[in-house]
Amino acid sequence: METAIEVRDLVVHRGKAEVLHGLTCRVPRGCVMGLLGPSGSGKTTLMRAVVGVQIITSGTVTVLGEPAGSPTLRRRVGYQAQTPSVYPDLTVRENVRYFASLYGLGAQAADAAIADVGLRDAASQLVSTLSGGQLSRASLACALVARPEVLVLDEPTVGQDPVLREELWQRFRDLAANGTTLLISSHVMDEADRCDRLLLIRDGRIIADDTPAGVKAAGGTTDLDQAFLTLIRTHEMAATEGRTA
Amino acid sequence: MRILVSTTGRILRQLHHDRRTVALLVVVPILLLTLLYYMFDDKALPPGLPSPFDRIGLIMLGVFPFVIMFLITSIAMLRERTTGTLERLLTTPLRKTDLLFGYGIAFGLAAAVQATVAAGAAYWLFDLDTAGHTGLVILIAIANAVLGVALGLFCSAFARTEFQAVQFMPVVVLPQALLCGLFVPRDQMAGWLEAISNVMPMSYAVEALQEVGAHAEPTGTLWRDLGIVVGCVIVALVAAAATLRRRSG
Repeated sequence: METAIEVRDLVVHRGKAEVLHGLTCRVPRGCVMGLLGPSGSGKTTLMRAVVGVQIITSGTVTVLGEPAGSPTLRRRVGYQAQTPSVYPDLTVRENVRYFASLYGLGAQAADAAIADVGLRDAASQLVSTLSGGQLSRASLACALVARPEVLVLDEPTVGQDPVLREELWQRFRDLAANGTTLLISSHVMDEADRCDRLLLIRDGRIIADDTPAGVKAAGGTTDLDQAFLTLIRTHEMAATEGRTA
Repeated sequence: MRILVSTTGRILRQLHHDRRTVALLVVVPILLLTLLYYMFDDKALPPGLPSPFDRIGLIMLGVFPFVIMFLITSIAMLRERTTGTLERLLTTPLRKTDLLFGYGIAFGLAAAVQATVAAGAAYWLFDLDTAGHTGLVILIAIANAVLGVALGLFCSAFARTEFQAVQFMPVVVLPQALLCGLFVPRDQMAGWLEAISNVMPMSYAVEALQEVGAHAEPTGTLWRDLGIVVGCVIVALVAAAATLRRRSG
Protein backbone atom coordinates (compact mmCIF):
# COMPACT_ATOMS: atom_id res chain seq x y z
CA MET A 1 0.00 0.00 0.00
CA GLU A 2 1.18 3.53 -0.78
CA THR A 3 2.81 5.37 2.10
CA ALA A 4 1.37 8.69 3.28
CA ILE A 5 3.68 9.41 6.20
CA GLU A 6 7.12 7.98 6.71
CA VAL A 7 9.20 8.76 9.80
CA ARG A 8 12.80 7.53 10.00
CA ASP A 9 15.11 7.68 13.03
CA LEU A 10 13.41 10.84 14.26
CA VAL A 11 15.19 12.53 17.15
CA VAL A 12 13.69 15.70 18.66
CA HIS A 13 14.87 17.85 21.53
CA ARG A 14 12.61 20.26 23.33
CA GLY A 15 14.82 22.55 25.35
CA LYS A 16 17.72 20.39 26.49
CA ALA A 17 15.68 17.22 26.91
CA GLU A 18 15.53 14.62 24.15
CA VAL A 19 11.82 13.81 23.81
CA LEU A 20 11.83 11.51 20.78
CA HIS A 21 14.65 8.97 20.64
CA GLY A 22 14.95 7.77 17.06
CA LEU A 23 11.36 6.97 16.07
CA THR A 24 10.68 5.04 12.89
CA CYS A 25 7.19 4.32 11.58
CA ARG A 26 5.03 4.62 8.49
CA VAL A 27 1.38 5.33 7.86
CA PRO A 28 -0.23 3.93 4.69
CA ARG A 29 -2.55 6.11 2.62
CA GLY A 30 -6.21 6.00 3.60
CA CYS A 31 -5.37 4.63 7.03
CA VAL A 32 -6.70 5.83 10.37
CA MET A 33 -3.63 5.68 12.58
CA GLY A 34 -4.29 6.00 16.29
CA LEU A 35 -1.48 7.56 18.29
CA LEU A 36 -1.72 6.50 21.90
CA GLY A 37 0.35 7.11 24.94
CA PRO A 38 0.32 8.94 28.26
CA SER A 39 0.64 12.69 28.53
CA GLY A 40 4.26 13.69 27.95
CA SER A 41 5.09 10.61 25.88
CA GLY A 42 5.85 12.64 22.75
CA LYS A 43 2.56 12.30 20.82
CA THR A 44 2.19 16.01 20.20
CA THR A 45 5.88 16.39 19.28
CA LEU A 46 5.57 13.59 16.72
CA MET A 47 2.45 15.19 15.23
CA ARG A 48 4.13 18.59 15.07
CA ALA A 49 7.06 16.99 13.24
CA VAL A 50 4.66 15.45 10.70
CA VAL A 51 3.00 18.83 10.10
CA GLY A 52 6.44 20.42 9.83
CA VAL A 53 6.22 22.98 12.63
CA GLN A 54 8.66 21.16 14.93
CA ILE A 55 12.41 21.76 14.74
CA ILE A 56 13.94 18.29 14.57
CA THR A 57 17.42 17.24 15.65
CA SER A 58 17.94 14.38 13.19
CA GLY A 59 16.09 11.85 11.10
CA THR A 60 13.58 12.44 8.30
CA VAL A 61 9.85 12.93 8.11
CA THR A 62 8.31 12.44 4.66
CA VAL A 63 4.67 13.25 3.95
CA LEU A 64 3.09 12.37 0.58
CA GLY A 65 6.57 11.91 -0.82
CA GLU A 66 7.89 15.32 0.26
CA PRO A 67 9.81 16.49 3.31
CA ALA A 68 7.38 17.50 6.09
CA GLY A 69 6.67 21.22 6.07
CA SER A 70 7.32 21.69 2.33
CA PRO A 71 5.38 24.64 0.89
CA THR A 72 3.40 22.37 -1.48
CA LEU A 73 2.24 20.30 1.50
CA ARG A 74 0.51 23.30 3.08
CA ARG A 75 -2.57 22.70 0.91
CA ARG A 76 -2.48 18.94 1.40
CA VAL A 77 -2.01 18.54 5.16
CA GLY A 78 -4.50 19.74 7.78
CA TYR A 79 -3.61 20.14 11.43
CA GLN A 80 -5.65 20.55 14.58
CA ALA A 81 -3.44 21.36 17.56
CA GLN A 82 -4.34 20.23 21.04
CA THR A 83 -5.08 23.78 22.16
CA PRO A 84 -7.97 25.12 20.06
CA SER A 85 -6.34 27.56 17.63
CA VAL A 86 -9.27 29.71 16.56
CA TYR A 87 -10.11 33.39 17.03
CA PRO A 88 -12.20 33.84 20.19
CA ASP A 89 -13.47 37.24 19.04
CA LEU A 90 -15.01 35.87 15.83
CA THR A 91 -18.07 33.66 15.37
CA VAL A 92 -17.69 29.99 14.45
CA ARG A 93 -18.79 30.76 10.91
CA GLU A 94 -16.36 33.67 10.52
CA ASN A 95 -13.50 31.50 11.77
CA VAL A 96 -14.22 28.58 9.45
CA ARG A 97 -14.87 30.86 6.47
CA TYR A 98 -11.56 32.60 7.05
CA PHE A 99 -9.63 29.33 7.11
CA ALA A 100 -11.60 28.15 4.04
CA SER A 101 -10.58 31.32 2.20
CA LEU A 102 -6.90 30.55 2.77
CA TYR A 103 -7.40 27.51 0.54
CA GLY A 104 -9.49 29.38 -2.00
CA LEU A 105 -12.73 27.80 -0.75
CA GLY A 106 -16.01 29.60 -0.24
CA ALA A 107 -18.87 29.81 2.21
CA GLN A 108 -20.35 26.50 1.08
CA ALA A 109 -17.27 24.50 2.09
CA ALA A 110 -17.19 26.35 5.41
CA ASP A 111 -20.83 25.61 6.17
CA ALA A 112 -20.33 21.93 5.30
CA ALA A 113 -17.37 21.70 7.71
CA ILE A 114 -19.42 23.37 10.45
CA ALA A 115 -22.21 20.84 9.90
CA ASP A 116 -19.68 17.98 9.92
CA VAL A 117 -18.60 18.82 13.47
CA GLY A 118 -22.18 19.36 14.65
CA LEU A 119 -21.91 23.10 15.22
CA ARG A 120 -24.63 24.26 12.82
CA ASP A 121 -26.76 25.63 15.64
CA ALA A 122 -23.81 27.51 17.14
CA ALA A 123 -22.47 28.86 13.85
CA SER A 124 -23.25 32.49 14.59
CA GLN A 125 -22.04 32.29 18.17
CA LEU A 126 -18.80 34.01 19.19
CA VAL A 127 -16.12 31.39 19.80
CA SER A 128 -15.36 32.89 23.21
CA THR A 129 -18.85 31.87 24.37
CA LEU A 130 -18.54 28.20 23.36
CA SER A 131 -18.14 25.29 25.76
CA GLY A 132 -14.84 23.41 25.83
CA GLY A 133 -16.13 20.62 23.59
CA GLN A 134 -17.66 23.06 21.09
CA LEU A 135 -14.46 25.07 21.05
CA SER A 136 -12.43 22.02 20.15
CA ARG A 137 -14.93 21.14 17.38
CA ALA A 138 -14.73 24.69 15.99
CA SER A 139 -10.98 24.19 15.74
CA LEU A 140 -11.53 20.79 14.11
CA ALA A 141 -13.84 22.35 11.51
CA CYS A 142 -11.03 24.74 10.53
CA ALA A 143 -8.78 21.72 9.89
CA LEU A 144 -11.45 19.73 7.99
CA VAL A 145 -12.61 22.58 5.78
CA ALA A 146 -9.76 22.30 3.25
CA ARG A 147 -10.40 18.55 2.69
CA PRO A 148 -6.68 17.82 3.00
CA GLU A 149 -5.19 14.48 1.97
CA VAL A 150 -3.54 14.05 5.36
CA LEU A 151 -5.24 15.11 8.59
CA VAL A 152 -3.24 15.36 11.79
CA LEU A 153 -5.59 15.69 14.74
CA ASP A 154 -4.27 16.11 18.27
CA GLU A 155 -6.88 14.78 20.70
CA PRO A 156 -9.92 15.93 18.72
CA THR A 157 -12.49 14.12 20.86
CA VAL A 158 -11.45 15.25 24.34
CA GLY A 159 -14.41 16.46 26.38
CA GLN A 160 -16.96 15.53 23.70
CA ASP A 161 -20.33 14.07 24.50
CA PRO A 162 -20.46 10.32 23.66
CA VAL A 163 -23.03 10.74 20.88
CA LEU A 164 -20.94 13.43 19.22
CA ARG A 165 -17.80 11.39 19.63
CA GLU A 166 -19.53 8.57 17.82
CA GLU A 167 -20.49 10.96 15.00
CA LEU A 168 -16.98 12.39 14.75
CA TRP A 169 -15.47 8.93 14.48
CA GLN A 170 -18.01 8.03 11.82
CA ARG A 171 -16.87 11.18 9.98
CA PHE A 172 -13.20 10.16 10.32
CA ARG A 173 -14.00 6.68 8.98
CA ASP A 174 -15.85 8.22 5.99
CA LEU A 175 -12.88 10.44 5.22
CA ALA A 176 -10.52 7.47 5.36
CA ALA A 177 -12.85 5.49 3.09
CA ASN A 178 -12.46 8.31 0.57
CA GLY A 179 -8.67 8.10 0.73
CA THR A 180 -7.80 10.63 3.45
CA THR A 181 -5.01 9.57 5.79
CA LEU A 182 -5.65 10.39 9.44
CA LEU A 183 -3.20 10.52 12.31
CA ILE A 184 -5.27 10.90 15.47
CA SER A 185 -3.97 11.04 19.01
CA SER A 186 -6.09 9.98 21.93
CA HIS A 187 -5.80 8.65 25.39
CA VAL A 188 -9.19 7.00 25.41
CA MET A 189 -8.72 3.29 24.77
CA ASP A 190 -12.21 2.63 23.46
CA GLU A 191 -11.32 4.87 20.52
CA ALA A 192 -8.29 2.75 19.72
CA ASP A 193 -10.57 -0.02 18.47
CA ARG A 194 -11.86 2.27 15.72
CA CYS A 195 -8.43 2.77 14.20
CA ASP A 196 -6.90 0.69 11.40
CA ARG A 197 -3.54 0.76 13.11
CA LEU A 198 -2.21 1.81 16.47
CA LEU A 199 1.05 3.40 17.46
CA LEU A 200 1.71 3.27 21.17
CA ILE A 201 4.47 5.55 22.34
CA ARG A 202 5.86 5.97 25.80
CA ASP A 203 8.77 8.18 26.88
CA GLY A 204 9.58 9.01 23.27
CA ARG A 205 9.85 5.38 22.09
CA ILE A 206 7.48 3.20 20.12
CA ILE A 207 6.14 0.32 22.19
CA ALA A 208 3.70 -1.08 19.67
CA ASP A 209 2.95 -0.48 16.00
CA ASP A 210 0.22 -2.88 14.92
CA THR A 211 -3.48 -3.34 14.18
CA PRO A 212 -5.79 -3.31 17.22
CA ALA A 213 -6.19 -7.09 16.81
CA GLY A 214 -2.41 -7.50 16.59
CA VAL A 215 -1.90 -5.46 19.75
CA LYS A 216 -4.46 -7.60 21.58
CA ALA A 217 -2.82 -10.81 20.38
CA ALA A 218 0.64 -9.60 21.43
CA GLY A 219 -0.73 -8.70 24.86
CA GLY A 220 -2.47 -12.04 25.14
CA THR A 221 -5.87 -10.49 25.95
CA THR A 222 -8.99 -9.08 24.25
CA ASP A 223 -8.83 -5.96 26.41
CA LEU A 224 -6.77 -3.20 24.78
CA ASP A 225 -6.03 -1.46 28.09
CA GLN A 226 -4.69 -4.71 29.50
CA ALA A 227 -2.80 -5.49 26.30
CA PHE A 228 -1.01 -2.14 26.46
CA LEU A 229 -0.08 -2.67 30.06
CA THR A 230 1.44 -6.05 29.20
CA LEU A 231 3.33 -4.57 26.25
CA ILE A 232 4.72 -1.74 28.36
CA ARG A 233 5.90 -4.23 31.01
CA THR A 234 7.51 -6.47 28.41
CA HIS A 235 9.19 -3.46 26.88
CA GLU A 236 10.50 -2.27 30.23
CA MET A 237 11.78 -5.71 31.14
CA ALA A 238 13.61 -5.94 27.83
CA ALA A 239 15.11 -2.50 28.41
CA THR A 240 16.30 -3.43 31.92
CA GLU A 241 17.79 -6.68 30.68
CA GLY A 242 19.47 -4.76 27.87
CA ARG A 243 21.10 -2.47 30.43
CA THR A 244 22.27 -5.24 32.78
CA ALA A 245 23.59 -7.46 29.98
CA MET B 1 -3.94 38.72 -3.16
CA ARG B 2 -7.11 36.78 -2.27
CA ILE B 3 -5.56 35.66 1.00
CA LEU B 4 -4.42 39.20 1.80
CA VAL B 5 -7.97 40.49 1.27
CA SER B 6 -9.57 37.80 3.42
CA THR B 7 -6.94 38.28 6.16
CA THR B 8 -7.59 42.03 6.19
CA GLY B 9 -11.32 41.29 6.35
CA ARG B 10 -10.83 38.87 9.22
CA ILE B 11 -8.89 41.44 11.27
CA LEU B 12 -11.52 44.11 10.59
CA ARG B 13 -14.28 41.67 11.64
CA GLN B 14 -12.44 41.05 14.91
CA LEU B 15 -12.34 44.80 15.46
CA HIS B 16 -16.01 45.06 14.52
CA HIS B 17 -16.97 42.59 17.27
CA ASP B 18 -15.03 44.67 19.79
CA ARG B 19 -17.28 47.74 19.86
CA ARG B 20 -15.69 49.21 22.94
CA THR B 21 -12.26 49.30 21.32
CA VAL B 22 -13.75 51.02 18.27
CA ALA B 23 -15.41 53.59 20.51
CA LEU B 24 -12.16 54.21 22.38
CA LEU B 25 -10.27 54.57 19.10
CA VAL B 26 -12.59 57.32 17.96
CA VAL B 27 -13.36 59.13 21.21
CA VAL B 28 -10.04 59.18 23.08
CA PRO B 29 -8.14 61.43 20.63
CA ILE B 30 -11.00 63.95 20.75
CA LEU B 31 -10.96 63.97 24.55
CA LEU B 32 -7.20 64.51 24.61
CA LEU B 33 -7.45 67.29 22.02
CA THR B 34 -10.12 68.91 24.20
CA LEU B 35 -7.75 68.84 27.17
CA LEU B 36 -4.99 70.36 25.07
CA TYR B 37 -7.28 73.05 23.72
CA TYR B 38 -8.40 74.26 27.14
CA MET B 39 -4.86 73.96 28.52
CA PHE B 40 -3.64 76.53 26.04
CA ASP B 41 -6.81 78.60 26.00
CA ASP B 42 -6.69 82.26 27.06
CA LYS B 43 -2.91 82.43 26.99
CA ALA B 44 -1.78 85.94 26.17
CA LEU B 45 0.21 85.55 22.98
CA PRO B 46 2.86 87.87 21.61
CA PRO B 47 1.52 89.06 18.26
CA GLY B 48 2.71 87.20 15.16
CA LEU B 49 3.41 83.88 16.89
CA PRO B 50 1.21 80.87 16.13
CA SER B 51 -0.95 79.74 19.03
CA PRO B 52 0.47 76.79 21.02
CA PHE B 53 -2.58 74.71 20.10
CA ASP B 54 -1.86 75.19 16.40
CA ARG B 55 1.66 73.87 17.01
CA ILE B 56 1.04 71.09 19.55
CA GLY B 57 -2.46 70.05 18.50
CA LEU B 58 -1.20 69.54 14.98
CA ILE B 59 1.68 67.31 16.13
CA MET B 60 -0.68 65.37 18.39
CA LEU B 61 -2.78 64.44 15.35
CA GLY B 62 0.26 62.47 14.21
CA VAL B 63 1.31 61.13 17.60
CA PHE B 64 -2.03 59.59 18.73
CA PRO B 65 -2.42 57.13 15.86
CA PHE B 66 1.19 56.04 16.18
CA VAL B 67 0.94 55.28 19.91
CA ILE B 68 -2.47 53.64 19.78
CA MET B 69 -1.82 51.48 16.73
CA PHE B 70 1.53 50.38 18.14
CA LEU B 71 -0.17 49.15 21.32
CA ILE B 72 -3.15 47.50 19.62
CA THR B 73 -0.99 45.72 17.08
CA SER B 74 1.55 44.39 19.52
CA ILE B 75 -1.23 42.90 21.65
CA ALA B 76 -3.12 41.51 18.62
CA MET B 77 0.01 39.84 17.25
CA LEU B 78 0.97 38.52 20.67
CA ARG B 79 -2.48 36.92 20.85
CA GLU B 80 -1.91 35.26 17.49
CA ARG B 81 1.29 33.82 18.89
CA THR B 82 -0.01 32.67 22.28
CA THR B 83 -3.33 31.18 21.12
CA GLY B 84 -1.63 29.11 18.43
CA THR B 85 -3.47 30.76 15.55
CA LEU B 86 -0.17 32.06 14.16
CA GLU B 87 1.32 28.57 14.12
CA ARG B 88 -1.82 27.27 12.48
CA LEU B 89 -1.82 30.02 9.85
CA LEU B 90 1.77 29.20 8.99
CA THR B 91 0.76 25.60 8.18
CA THR B 92 -1.69 26.93 5.54
CA PRO B 93 -0.95 28.45 2.10
CA LEU B 94 -0.91 31.93 3.73
CA ARG B 95 2.33 33.83 3.11
CA LYS B 96 3.93 35.80 5.92
CA THR B 97 3.42 39.03 3.99
CA ASP B 98 -0.33 38.30 3.71
CA LEU B 99 -0.55 38.39 7.47
CA LEU B 100 1.71 41.39 8.04
CA PHE B 101 0.22 43.52 5.27
CA GLY B 102 -3.23 42.39 6.37
CA TYR B 103 -2.58 43.94 9.76
CA GLY B 104 -1.04 47.02 8.13
CA ILE B 105 -4.07 47.57 5.90
CA ALA B 106 -6.76 46.72 8.46
CA PHE B 107 -5.34 48.88 11.23
CA GLY B 108 -4.36 51.51 8.64
CA LEU B 109 -8.06 51.75 7.71
CA ALA B 110 -9.01 51.99 11.38
CA ALA B 111 -6.40 54.73 11.75
CA ALA B 112 -7.83 56.56 8.74
CA VAL B 113 -11.22 56.75 10.47
CA GLN B 114 -9.58 57.80 13.71
CA ALA B 115 -7.39 60.46 12.06
CA THR B 116 -10.31 61.88 10.07
CA VAL B 117 -12.49 62.22 13.15
CA ALA B 118 -9.64 63.69 15.23
CA ALA B 119 -8.65 66.13 12.48
CA GLY B 120 -12.29 67.09 11.98
CA ALA B 121 -12.58 67.87 15.68
CA ALA B 122 -9.30 69.81 15.70
CA TYR B 123 -10.24 71.96 12.71
CA TRP B 124 -13.92 72.56 13.32
CA LEU B 125 -14.31 72.42 17.09
CA PHE B 126 -10.99 73.89 18.11
CA ASP B 127 -10.19 76.13 15.12
CA LEU B 128 -6.88 74.49 14.35
CA ASP B 129 -5.17 76.63 11.78
CA THR B 130 -2.72 75.20 9.23
CA ALA B 131 -1.41 76.87 6.09
CA GLY B 132 -1.56 73.55 4.19
CA HIS B 133 -4.42 71.19 3.42
CA THR B 134 -6.24 69.05 6.02
CA GLY B 135 -6.00 66.05 3.70
CA LEU B 136 -2.21 66.11 4.03
CA VAL B 137 -2.49 66.11 7.82
CA ILE B 138 -4.71 63.02 7.63
CA LEU B 139 -2.37 61.36 5.15
CA ILE B 140 0.63 61.86 7.45
CA ALA B 141 -1.41 60.65 10.43
CA ILE B 142 -2.27 57.44 8.54
CA ALA B 143 1.36 56.90 7.53
CA ASN B 144 2.34 57.34 11.16
CA ALA B 145 -0.37 54.88 12.26
CA VAL B 146 0.91 52.28 9.82
CA LEU B 147 4.41 52.90 11.19
CA GLY B 148 3.00 52.12 14.65
CA VAL B 149 1.45 48.91 13.25
CA ALA B 150 4.71 47.82 11.61
CA LEU B 151 6.80 48.48 14.73
CA GLY B 152 4.16 46.75 16.87
CA LEU B 153 4.28 43.64 14.64
CA PHE B 154 8.05 43.58 14.96
CA CYS B 155 8.22 44.24 18.73
CA SER B 156 5.58 41.64 19.58
CA ALA B 157 8.15 38.97 18.64
CA PHE B 158 10.18 39.95 21.69
CA ALA B 159 7.33 39.71 24.18
CA ARG B 160 6.00 36.48 25.64
CA THR B 161 3.26 38.02 27.76
CA GLU B 162 0.94 41.02 27.55
CA PHE B 163 2.83 42.55 30.49
CA GLN B 164 6.02 42.51 28.45
CA ALA B 165 4.28 43.75 25.32
CA VAL B 166 2.93 46.90 26.96
CA GLN B 167 6.42 47.63 28.33
CA PHE B 168 7.60 48.14 24.77
CA MET B 169 5.43 51.23 24.61
CA PRO B 170 7.74 53.28 26.88
CA VAL B 171 10.78 51.74 25.20
CA VAL B 172 9.79 52.35 21.58
CA VAL B 173 7.23 55.13 21.68
CA LEU B 174 8.24 57.50 24.50
CA PRO B 175 11.78 58.31 23.33
CA GLN B 176 10.38 59.12 19.90
CA ALA B 177 7.68 61.32 21.40
CA LEU B 178 10.22 63.12 23.60
CA LEU B 179 12.75 63.74 20.83
CA CYS B 180 10.48 64.33 17.83
CA GLY B 181 10.43 68.09 18.28
CA LEU B 182 7.23 68.31 20.25
CA PHE B 183 8.84 69.61 23.45
CA VAL B 184 12.05 71.18 22.19
CA PRO B 185 12.76 71.99 18.53
CA ARG B 186 15.19 69.36 17.30
CA ASP B 187 17.80 71.87 16.08
CA GLN B 188 17.97 73.34 19.59
CA MET B 189 18.76 70.01 21.26
CA ALA B 190 22.20 68.86 22.35
CA GLY B 191 24.03 67.45 19.34
CA TRP B 192 23.85 63.82 20.46
CA LEU B 193 20.12 64.09 21.18
CA GLU B 194 19.54 65.58 17.75
CA ALA B 195 21.57 62.73 16.27
CA ILE B 196 19.28 60.23 18.02
CA SER B 197 16.19 62.07 16.88
CA ASN B 198 17.56 62.00 13.33
CA VAL B 199 17.34 58.20 13.24
CA MET B 200 13.85 58.04 14.75
CA PRO B 201 11.08 57.80 12.16
CA MET B 202 8.56 59.84 14.16
CA SER B 203 10.84 62.91 13.93
CA TYR B 204 10.15 62.93 10.19
CA ALA B 205 6.41 62.51 10.58
CA VAL B 206 6.37 65.47 12.95
CA GLU B 207 8.53 67.56 10.62
CA ALA B 208 6.13 66.75 7.77
CA LEU B 209 3.18 67.93 9.88
CA GLN B 210 5.06 71.15 10.71
CA GLU B 211 5.59 71.68 7.00
CA VAL B 212 1.83 71.43 6.43
CA GLY B 213 1.34 73.87 9.30
CA ALA B 214 3.69 76.44 7.81
CA HIS B 215 3.28 76.17 4.03
CA ALA B 216 0.21 76.44 1.84
CA GLU B 217 1.58 74.07 -0.81
CA PRO B 218 3.16 70.66 -0.10
CA THR B 219 6.93 71.15 0.13
CA GLY B 220 9.79 68.93 -0.98
CA THR B 221 10.72 68.38 2.66
CA LEU B 222 7.19 67.10 3.32
CA TRP B 223 7.36 64.51 0.55
CA ARG B 224 10.88 63.48 1.57
CA ASP B 225 9.76 63.06 5.20
CA LEU B 226 6.72 61.07 4.17
CA GLY B 227 8.98 58.89 2.02
CA ILE B 228 11.24 58.25 5.01
CA VAL B 229 8.27 57.20 7.15
CA VAL B 230 7.03 54.81 4.44
CA GLY B 231 10.57 53.44 4.06
CA CYS B 232 10.71 52.77 7.81
CA VAL B 233 7.34 50.96 7.57
CA ILE B 234 8.76 48.64 4.91
CA VAL B 235 11.95 47.97 6.89
CA ALA B 236 9.93 47.21 10.02
CA LEU B 237 7.60 44.86 8.10
CA VAL B 238 10.53 42.97 6.57
CA ALA B 239 12.11 42.68 10.02
CA ALA B 240 8.76 41.48 11.40
CA ALA B 241 8.53 38.85 8.64
CA ALA B 242 11.92 37.55 9.74
CA THR B 243 10.53 36.99 13.26
CA LEU B 244 7.74 34.72 11.98
CA ARG B 245 9.14 31.20 12.07
CA ARG B 246 7.28 28.29 10.59
CA ARG B 247 9.19 25.86 12.80
CA SER B 248 9.78 26.11 16.52
CA GLY B 249 11.46 23.99 19.16
